[in-house]
Amino acid sequence: MGDISKLTIADARDKMRAGDVTSTELTQHFIDAIDAADTLNAYCAKTPEIALEQAAAADKRIAAGDAPDMCGIPLGIKDLFCTKGVASQAASNILSGFKPEYESTITTQLWNSGAVMLGKLNMDEFAMGSSNETSAYGPVTSPWRRDGSDAALTPGGSSGGSAAAVAADLCMAATGTDTGGSIRQPAAFTGIVGVKPTYGRCSRWGVVAFASSLDQAGPMTKTVRDSAIMLEAMCGHDPKDSTSADLAVPNFEAMLTGDIKGKKIGIPKEYRLDGMPDEIEKLWAEGAEMLKAAGAEIVDVSLPHTKYALPAYYVLAPAEASSNLARYDGVRYGHRATLESGEGIDDMYMRTRAEGFGAEVQRRVMIGAYVLSAGFYDAYYRKAQRVRTLIKKDFDDVFAAGVDAILTPATPSAAFGLGEMADADPIKMYLNDVFTVTVNLAGLPGVAVPTGLDSQNLPLGLQLIGRPWEEGDMLNIAYQLEQSAGFSSKPQKWW
Amino acid sequence: MSIDKDTARRVAHLARIRVEEDQLDNLASELSGILGFMEQLAEVDVDGVEPMTSVTPMALKRRDDVVTDGDKQEQILKNAPDAREGFFAVPKVVE
Repeated sequence: MGDISKLTIADARDKMRAGDVTSTELTQHFIDAIDAADTLNAYCAKTPEIALEQAAAADKRIAAGDAPDMCGIPLGIKDLFCTKGVASQAASNILSGFKPEYESTITTQLWNSGAVMLGKLNMDEFAMGSSNETSAYGPVTSPWRRDGSDAALTPGGSSGGSAAAVAADLCMAATGTDTGGSIRQPAAFTGIVGVKPTYGRCSRWGVVAFASSLDQAGPMTKTVRDSAIMLEAMCGHDPKDSTSADLAVPNFEAMLTGDIKGKKIGIPKEYRLDGMPDEIEKLWAEGAEMLKAAGAEIVDVSLPHTKYALPAYYVLAPAEASSNLARYDGVRYGHRATLESGEGIDDMYMRTRAEGFGAEVQRRVMIGAYVLSAGFYDAYYRKAQRVRTLIKKDFDDVFAAGVDAILTPATPSAAFGLGEMADADPIKMYLNDVFTVTVNLAGLPGVAVPTGLDSQNLPLGLQLIGRPWEEGDMLNIAYQLEQSAGFSSKPQKWW
Repeated sequence: MSIDKDTARRVAHLARIRVEEDQLDNLASELSGILGFMEQLAEVDVDGVEPMTSVTPMALKRRDDVVTDGDKQEQILKNAPDAREGFFAVPKVVE
């Protein structure tokens, strides 16, 4: 029946219901594929026993005719999600040995809908990074390589394991989280689809917190349709997350008609950066042409405060992180440093955190402590919160003028090599988020869709930004873009 | 805004992260670089602009003020590096 590893969620759902394949067969296939792909370092914990047990239960449900769309679908779960009894370390040594006694709301919903957990996926430590190189488990290697080169590339980050696993067919889809672009940038680097929902759409309960006012989880999948299916299973009101929205969850898949006639698509001039590669410029123009050909109206728009999004983000996110990460003190869970005689509790905190946190996390926690400290709070933190208000207002104004969605590049370049940025200034790495971070600051939904390849045959993606709570409309436009672009490239298997 | 060695030491202490004395110069220059990048924010006119505290305008939900959870001592202590007699154990805090 062909190569089952390449099935989409939609195909697998239909085939399982038709009795052409079972979840147990699919699951066993992925378990074998994962074991043969250790060199990618995408999985940081494998859970084949749980997977096969869930698959058997799913097969029973499907046979009984009681099967939600996600029933029997084998997934990878980002290590940031707490999964009961299964290592959940946020790719940090400070959570070494941590096995939660509870399950995150999102994964609970996925398991309730019959989905299957293949294992936990590698990521940047505490989701802080854009290349998966800050992970305590070591970097993930992208399944993609440049033409004629065997140099190891980054899958992007922070959801790098999720992106690599989906692109390399090591799961049918994966969960990711996105604080400044951590779903959309790796999706674009690996030729897959990644959705960051409206802030409040998916519960944050049980997802290790990085920057609580920006964090949102979302699906990373092979197609826009699969994202629509999986997103529906992940969404919904959760009383355990006070910022979770009490709104009905639409049937996103049913909204994928491909009809975008009369939709107004904004092209923001501020996203045309100096020194942007021609390939990205061309990809963007082609994307706009495709939407126009499908009946959309393309309009120029302005988001005047775009330039200030990154500096505002790099005040706000570290500030929230320094507060959230204060809980890692060596008392309740994870790593505790060995003390020398005569040392007290403060030494325990300081040694534990120095040993447990990697360099990038330490850097951000300290920046956060600085911008929140007396004397600097107004100049940095308060100021950044005000700039955030202006950034959101830019989007509000554009949407109020009748724009349905905004089209931008997803990343300023294709994937770079592992180690290539090792000596670069941290700001250079932060620039990866330049097109995505505004969306988190404004709390909007965004989706990365693969639409082309660069001259070295690496995937490139475009981003659509939707109106708040209009993920369905945004995904429908993304669906049309996907159909028009016809992106079907896969990495050549070398691992 | 440049960060000197003393400020770097103070920030590390605020963050409760031990940084060796010979690493402080390096840390100071790294933090200065990042703060330099943030200086751009000074250009923005924010007169009369409210600081954002919630990206989506929504009223926090309320619930009845009753106990809904608890009695989980074992689960709570399960991941502790050092738990004794139903408590988290830490180095001596009070002299």
